Amino acid sequence: MKAHRFPPSHRERYRDRFRKRINRAPSPIVALSVPWISIMLGSIVPAWLVIASAPLVPPLGFLMLVAWRQLRPGLLPVWAGLPLGLFDDLYSGQPLGNGVFLWSVAVIVLDLVEARLPWRSFFTEWLVAAGLILGYLVFSLAIANLAGGATPFHVIMPQIILSTFLYPLVGRLVAGFDRFRLLPFRKVA
Amino acid sequence: MAASDRRSGYSRRAQYTTFFSYAAGVLGAVVGAALLVVSIVNPGAFAALRGAAADAAEMPGRASTDTRIAGQGFLSSITGYFRAGHQNAHLRRELQEAKVRLAEADATADENRRLRDLLGMAAQEKPIAVTQLTSSTASSTRRFATIGAGGSQGVTVGMPVRSKEGLVGRVLEVGGSTSRVLLVTDTESLVPVRRAKDGIPAFAQGRGDGTLQIRLINLGINPLKKGDIMVTSGSGGLYRPGTAVAALVELTRDGGIARVISDPAATEYVMVEQIWAPAARPAAVASDVPPAMLAPPATPTATPSP
Repeated sequence: MKAHRFPPSHRERYRDRFRKRINRAPSPIVALSVPWISIMLGSIVPAWLVIASAPLVPPLGFLMLVAWRQLRPGLLPVWAGLPLGLFDDLYSGQPLGNGVFLWSVAVIVLDLVEARLPWRSFFTEWLVAAGLILGYLVFSLAIANLAGGATPFHVIMPQIILSTFLYPLVGRLVAGFDRFRLLPFRKVA
Repeated sequence: MAASDRRSGYSRRAQYTTFFSYAAGVLGAVVGAALLVVSIVNPGAFAALRGAAADAAEMPGRASTDTRIAGQGFLSSITGYFRAGHQNAHLRRELQEAKVRLAEADATADENRRLRDLLGMAAQEKPIAVTQLTSSTASSTRRFATIGAGGSQGVTVGMPVRSKEGLVGRVLEVGGSTSRVLLVTDTESLVPVRRAKDGIPAFAQGRGDGTLQIRLINLGINPLKKGDIMVTSGSGGLYRPGTAVAALVELTRDGGIARVISDPAATEYVMVEQIWAPAARPAAVASDVPPAMLAPPATPTATPSP
């Protein structure tokens, strides 16, 4: 029951739209697959949108993974970083294993933070996400350089800033996916 | 679904589930580290996997390419509108300098004519394939792009990729209907170049931020000037001589910093060309040679890794 998070007017609308109505229920397939599919799309779609000469585009797949884990901590399993990171590696240009490793670590870190932190607010979540984004981008750079690149650190500064400030928007996007996920599609006989 | 699910309490089954999911998470990190070691030691180890993945994503990638090109035109119209005032003032200032620049422009015109001659020569040979850049590694520090032509069109590893304007990169991994291209702006890309005007040899290495580092081979007084155009020299046999690569925007002690002439972001169609001298197949190219220490007829690129 997440409805208490919304102001009353929202709550009314929320209930009207998403309450299990008579004869209708959310489809379990949609409810469980939307997080996975949306993160995979986040990994692959930005690559199509721009042929970039500099690493400027935020790692949308990673941002969405963090956002999903923060919005619905138990929905993606702790091992979700393995398959999703592998998928990201196939398209990201990083050496294969980069995503598997860093995404797995990120999910575990998020889980530990979430278990330790008794209270949650917009800013604490953003702060945690910002730390993860910084760590992810810096380690990705280090790994890419280890595998043959020679990119200096200042090149990723704009990307770090952009990703951090984009994160709340990604959170909204994920919240939208979450509402879609629980729409009562299925007709119950 | 909430956090409370993980508080397993006294249920043995719930405790096991929590434990195993954590164990699986840690296992994921370990597997990732192992994969990383393999791909760093042997960069080509997962090329086939990546090729298959790129092939699978080709159709939507192609569809979005057209949208992207249209969108760029739209965006540049908007930014043009917002920049109009600023640009006006800037242009006025530039007008003052125009007379001085006119003299320089004459020299540039001469340079351009030579360049066009060279490009005309280069264009005589038929390209292996004409295709589009369908995607790029926009969020990684490595600069790879995917093109919509692969093994089935006769593309092989090492072939240069160019657009109308100039060199874009070279083929690194080949899939069925797509290939992965190492763009010239990647930090591992090293192109032997020379100044178009008088043939001063140098190397152009990517800097990862869209520009190239030009390193002169003969050290001493830096003869380069801003606006000089560097073209491929053909050393090493990979790139056909005379393909435009970059224009100098800044001078350094041992060369300069250059802007890529064929900006991949603005490129619509690219051509995959034959490797210029067949003797220089990538397998025969020695890796690990320190770039700036080489004489002109030497290794064009270190063996790159994804």
